[in-house]
Amino acid sequence: MRLLDEPIDFTPQPGNAGPVWSGRAADGAELQRFAIAAHRAGGRLAALWGADERQRGGGFGLHCVFGLDAGHAWVRLELPAKNPAYLDLAGIFPAANRMQRAARDLVGIHFEGGPGGGDARPWLRHGAWPADWFPLRHDAGPADDFPNPPSDYAFVQVGGEGAHEVPVGPIHAGTIEPGHFRFSVIGERVLRLEQRFGYAHKGIEKLFIGSSIADGARLAGRISGDSTCAYAWAYAAAVETACGTNPPPRALMLRALMLERERVANHLGDLGALGNDAGLAFGLSQFMRLKEDWLRLHGTLFGHRFMMDRIVPGGTALDLDAPALRAIIDQCDVIGREVKALRKIYDEHAGLQDRFQTTGAMDADLAREWSMTGLAARATGMILDARVHRQGYTPPPPYAALGVRPATDVRGDVAARVEVRFDEVFESLRLLREIAVGLPDSEVCVDIVPVADAHGLGVVEGWRGEVLVGVALDGAGRLARVHPHDPSWQAWQALEHAVMKDIVPDFPLINKSFNLAYSGHDL
Amino acid sequence: MIPMLRRILRTGIVTEKRPEPAKLADSTEPAEVARLHEDILHILGRALTIRQVDAGSCNGCELEIHALNNPYTNLEGCGIKFVASPRHADMLLVTGPVTKNMENALKVAYDCTPDPKLVVAVGDCGCNGGIFGKSYASCGAVENVIPVDARVPGCPPTPVALLRGILAAVRR
Repeated sequence: MRLLDEPIDFTPQPGNAGPVWSGRAADGAELQRFAIAAHRAGGRLAALWGADERQRGGGFGLHCVFGLDAGHAWVRLELPAKNPAYLDLAGIFPAANRMQRAARDLVGIHFEGGPGGGDARPWLRHGAWPADWFPLRHDAGPADDFPNPPSDYAFVQVGGEGAHEVPVGPIHAGTIEPGHFRFSVIGERVLRLEQRFGYAHKGIEKLFIGSSIADGARLAGRISGDSTCAYAWAYAAAVETACGTNPPPRALMLRALMLERERVANHLGDLGALGNDAGLAFGLSQFMRLKEDWLRLHGTLFGHRFMMDRIVPGGTALDLDAPALRAIIDQCDVIGREVKALRKIYDEHAGLQDRFQTTGAMDADLAREWSMTGLAARATGMILDARVHRQGYTPPPPYAALGVRPATDVRGDVAARVEVRFDEVFESLRLLREIAVGLPDSEVCVDIVPVADAHGLGVVEGWRGEVLVGVALDGAGRLARVHPHDPSWQAWQALEHAVMKDIVPDFPLINKSFNLAYSGHDL
Repeated sequence: MIPMLRRILRTGIVTEKRPEPAKLADSTEPAEVARLHEDILHILGRALTIRQVDAGSCNGCELEIHALNNPYTNLEGCGIKFVASPRHADMLLVTGPVTKNMENALKVAYDCTPDPKLVVAVGDCGCNGGIFGKSYASCGAVENVIPVDARVPGCPPTPVALLRGILAAVRR
């Protein structure tokens, strides 16, 4: 079938990992034309990665996933083994900039052209390996002896009288992940923010290559610790699609239960931290207390406070009995009451709202321009949630039957992101009750039989936004390539714009209101 | 203001207290927390400053380190404080694996921490590289980069395990 009246031939992905169509572009120009058509249709660039496919008889592969109204279009472009290059996409979707640079650093596929002749700076490669050595190539060879000198990065400089730079990181002042922020400021006003990431790059994609499906599941659960359920599910869905397996209905509901609990856990923590960053320590104490109650029930019912390794390819690694479901419903009632009372206090606290409102504001145009998804995009008024029905889009099970109500706000500032979090907590609590009383009877896990040379894409609405995992199996049914994609890739770049008219001391608050992933981005 | 005060009063103090010695034998978590608090207070006399360094973790360990400051564990209540600079710290609490891209920054942070200093490696990855191990991008365990005094395994370690590890380093 055709999408957007473009000549690329698409086939729908089987299984229930979400509406995905995959196809091949004949050449770079065809891919570029499709990207332009997707952009015109209000679509977004959901992910972009490279793969070394020479062992399978071809050259390199460029994989682009476009988010369209009806679902995802996964376009593959074959690149020659010698001089693998393609036409730049960052001029169409600016979010492609960092993804293209990462693909160049890791796989050695190059983009040609683009704004200003293309961005020649490396992204994930700092100084630990040379520019002509590519870790994700099969013939890369060992990497033991590379020196690791401190590396420099060509930040864009802002000139003018009184303009100066404030470097922050990679080790930040709080207990947070590593990354570098370069502020160009006049006085305390931010003229420009530029990020440099890659500090948490630990070679996750390389580790996937050649692993078994089961080992890959453990790794997928450790891409971003706060989104372990989202990644485990997206990975499992991609593998199940590739292997033509459908997880049992009870397992799908249990996965949704874990994903919603993960969402609530993170939102509770963020709501507390946001109060604290605006000077209300009361909020941190109260919400951290609720979060601890929440996590302790995870420990009791799931045997792990973050439910790592509980979602596995084929289903789930555990089942819940009636008393456990009763405990979940009871806790939803208690937490719901407490959060309702705290929300009233937050809403009516003049000092808090003064810090929240108009701070770090962005609009839906900016969110669209940067292909954003997730709660920060919904806080600009967009109804973009992989769990929610839209015109022409049906969410994958079990969400199709659950009927999720999206939380949105139109203001796009810190206050809006706080409100969306509150609304999502209540919606997730409602979903949890609904799941707990309506769990279908079935087994919770089926065996996965690996299929040679198969591929699949899994899409899950994690608490930050859309988590994608693309999986390709090799001839022996092991993992040939896995690309996990965090919504932070897009949102980080939008954040650079959201802080521009604010002051440096407001940055921690704005940053926390997005709470984006470093590890999930750096891989 | 009044609803806030009312809520504070209604919540009360939830920090887990030391139970009767008889119950201690059960080694339930709250009892363990209380006992560790006592030991830390006794040994340190209410003063330990910690600089947490994420040298490349998945962020799971950081979530549990955050939990140390929740009202149940209330680490600050017993004199242990997380500080913003290694120059203010007695102890580095380092999660791993140490990525190649963080290797230099971690060494600088270690050098900036005044002597005498303690280093606690946190999580399976901080202790031995964990699932990520050593690779083109990862140095593996924290001790491959800076000297380590105590290790807290776990994926991620629970808040109680973290408390125990901090104490083990101080006791050394």
